[in-house]
Amino acid sequence: MSKKQKKLLWRILVAGGLFAAVLTVNLTLHPVWWVGVLLMLVPYLTVGYDVLLSAAQKIVRGKVFDEHFLMTVASLGAFALCFVEKDAHNAHEAVVILLFYQVGELFQSVAVGRSRRSLKDLLSMMPDYAGVEREGQIVHLDPEEIEVGQQIIILPGEKIPLDGVVLSGTSSLDTASLTGESLPKDVKEGDSVLSGCINGEGTLRVRVSKPYSESTVSRIMELVENAGMNKSKSESFISSFAKRYTPAVTLLALFLALIPPLFVGLFSGKWSFDHTFYPFVHAALMFLIVSCPCALVISVPMSFFGGIGGASRKGILVKGSGYLETLAKCKTVVFDKTGTLTSGDFTVKEVHPVKGIPEEELLLVAASAEQYSTHPLALALKKATEGQTLYSVEEHRNLAGKGVYARMKGQEIYVGNRLLMEELAIEAPLLEGAGSALYVCQGGRYLGALLAGDTLKEDSGKSVETLKSYGILTVMLTGDRRENGEATAAELGVARCEAELLPEDKVRIVEELINGEQSEKTVYVGDGINDAPVLTLADVGVAMGALGSDAAIEAADIVLMNDRPSDLVTALRIARKTMCIVKQNIVLAIGVKVGVMLLLAMMAVLPMLAPLSAFAGTLAVFADVGVSVIAILNAMRAMKI
Amino acid sequence: MKLVVRMEDLDCAHCAQKMEDKICKLSGVESVSVSFMAQKMILQITEGTDKDDLLSQIEKTVKSVDKNCSIVR
Repeated sequence: MSKKQKKLLWRILVAGGLFAAVLTVNLTLHPVWWVGVLLMLVPYLTVGYDVLLSAAQKIVRGKVFDEHFLMTVASLGAFALCFVEKDAHNAHEAVVILLFYQVGELFQSVAVGRSRRSLKDLLSMMPDYAGVEREGQIVHLDPEEIEVGQQIIILPGEKIPLDGVVLSGTSSLDTASLTGESLPKDVKEGDSVLSGCINGEGTLRVRVSKPYSESTVSRIMELVENAGMNKSKSESFISSFAKRYTPAVTLLALFLALIPPLFVGLFSGKWSFDHTFYPFVHAALMFLIVSCPCALVISVPMSFFGGIGGASRKGILVKGSGYLETLAKCKTVVFDKTGTLTSGDFTVKEVHPVKGIPEEELLLVAASAEQYSTHPLALALKKATEGQTLYSVEEHRNLAGKGVYARMKGQEIYVGNRLLMEELAIEAPLLEGAGSALYVCQGGRYLGALLAGDTLKEDSGKSVETLKSYGILTVMLTGDRRENGEATAAELGVARCEAELLPEDKVRIVEELINGEQSEKTVYVGDGINDAPVLTLADVGVAMGALGSDAAIEAADIVLMNDRPSDLVTALRIARKTMCIVKQNIVLAIGVKVGVMLLLAMMAVLPMLAPLSAFAGTLAVFADVGVSVIAILNAMRAMKI
Repeated sequence: MKLVVRMEDLDCAHCAQKMEDKICKLSGVESVSVSFMAQKMILQITEGTDKDDLLSQIEKTVKSVDKNCSIVR
């Protein structure tokens, strides 16, 4: 607790003690009523002097719909009733109202402070200093002072302060603060390192490649901290509701205090304050207590704040509460294929040698011929023959768009697509299936064919399945060949697949989905490398595997630091949970307040409910402070994932 | 141009809304969003606006809504 909060706590405790003492005196010794009222002023002023002062200042400036003003009117009104009734019990009520009001304020401020602090802890990845060598000594400098090209030294266990390239040293880095996962990443000379990671056991000498303000850690911090520009509709609804709610209830209270008694008086012909006005004025004062919208106004942004904070702990960065809200409502998720659902790495899937040639031999020949190529297919062959000694190549040439030519042991080898085989006038049976086919011929003789394809990410299938179980339409877009796209879609269970697309086709399809008949909220998930227009266009653009990719972080609304489709499901779950809490709070707060107001009005109108009016104060305070406390506790749940 | 202003002792949530409504009317301010939880104000301001002058106007507005709240320069 801060100093201010401790002071308030003491005031509440002291005032509570004084109140108990005065109450005992009043109930046992039965002093003259005005003595009792005067005694009650002591705990009243102790607990509420600041509220009264602030209300006075607000009145001077003509602002009457302020909560301090309302509390002051309600409690002073209760005191005033004592003078009319010549009884101290309404003074007791006044003190209770202010006591509880302050308890609520204290609770609120502690809860808000705690939430704010937990985000700060979350952002503890912020580096405090950068180590620089000066005359053989390491001195600590402010990371902001370091310039691009300068050398910094990172000792074991230290945070990497700026993005850079390793000049010397090897180590493994803990990326948990950026990705939410403590998967160590090994780095050696020449590798680039990202700020915010924690250095493992080795000392690294790093050349800084970006100024502090553009380093990964500052960009992420800025993103999380400034996730405010896109406010959710719920938040705007609550603030505009609060703006109208308080004046409306205040006017209602005024109406209740004046109009019904007028009717009662006119009809009965009897005009006594006790019977005609008192129940209504009392109910009206209680209305003023209920009219504070604090519970709602604090709990809604707090829920979103908790949701966004909890998500960033999982390596999911959300750029504003509005995106969380839209994500929770989304009905369509559009995935890019390569790099999003698939890893983008090719592997050899099928090997079809002609009779008499072993599978291993075919692979080895193809891999040897392709060993100097950097094409994804060549890399797949290299992986398939890992650990084996390749044949040495005497001559090597790339045949653009067709394949490669190599000379091994005096024989001409061609590895490539069907076009190449046709050109060489070699008869090769057509190999069908998802992926790219590679045909191999050696010295004019056809050896066989290989099929290599993209590999699915481990959690792609499960993620698509989960999304479907949530009732979400899944769509996959790809620039790849139709057969490949459709095979992947079938394997994953994606509901709709569009293949052979150019970037502008992707934009068109997403546009159609957004403006379609249902016009439901559409999420687009891509790797952020060349789909920036689609990311911007979609209701929510999600960039995946964005660690270290500035363009993706820039273009997307939600950034997944890890390269996993399942993080989208996590984000969706967090979004839905947050929205659920927000809705619960709105319904709870408005429901209880309206209910209590109805009850209060009925107590004033119906004589049979009159005995209950002794509890009116408690009821009103519950509708204000009690609901605040419940709503805030509920909002704090959003942070726990 | 984007401008981020940190705030201290922003204790009431609807004050944040009131500040938004008022600051948005200041000249040079295109849009503003006050985050109650993050205690920050994010402004989109017109290029060439006098920052110091705008900041003192913002400070005045903030104080008029909640006298305990202040901005960090």
